[in-house]
Amino acid sequence: MNVLGRNIAQNLLRYNRCGLIQSVAGRNFSASALDAKEVEKLVKNNKVVVFMKGNPDAPRCGFSNAVVQVLRMHSVNYDSHDVLQSEELRQGIKDFSSWPTIPQVFINGEFVGGCDILLQMHQNGELIEELKKAGIESALVKEAEK
Amino acid sequence: MSGYTEEYLRQKLTERLEATHVEVIDESDGCGGKFRAIVVSTQFQGKPLLQRHRLVNAALAEELKTIHAFSQKTYTPEQWANESKD
Repeated sequence: MNVLGRNIAQNLLRYNRCGLIQSVAGRNFSASALDAKEVEKLVKNNKVVVFMKGNPDAPRCGFSNAVVQVLRMHSVNYDSHDVLQSEELRQGIKDFSSWPTIPQVFINGEFVGGCDILLQMHQNGELIEELKKAGIESALVKEAEK
Repeated sequence: MSGYTEEYLRQKLTERLEATHVEVIDESDGCGGKFRAIVVSTQFQGKPLLQRHRLVNAALAEELKTIHAFSQKTYTPEQWANESKD
């Protein structure tokens, strides 16, 4: 999903040894971060918004994949943004949330956390509550009622 | 890669968070890019998960610039005592 219209060509991406994808040439021309107002617009555009590596159909990192799988279990509709497509967005979202890593999950415009926190909230039932506050009924609740 | 070791991160977390128990596991086959950590500290008492994780992130702010995969679990001493029982 390239909401920012700044598409770094796929052939500029490469895997290094630990699976980190770096945009080799991308860094040179887009080292600046997206400003807070623009990030805020993205964050508030939907009840659930995820910033990840890759997209929900093809996550490109295990942590991002874990977030996608959890949200799928709850049948949540959400916006997803691929930080690998934009170095500006990748830096902008880190600055915005004061959180150093990707993925990042927002519910109702509020930063919820990364993969560890979402997993833990999934396990202890908190995620169902947070979704409910945002007016979303988790598929796991519907299933339990049957 | 980052070159940080389990022992270095364990010491830093212990000092910065006055932790009573820290486990750090290098999951990168020694290249130092991927770690998993368990931190037990009284500083986590009364703090929601997000705040706890922010404390850990802050303690490793410099290191996390080069470590690109970091997973953490945070416990208060009481929670940890319960966890270890199971």
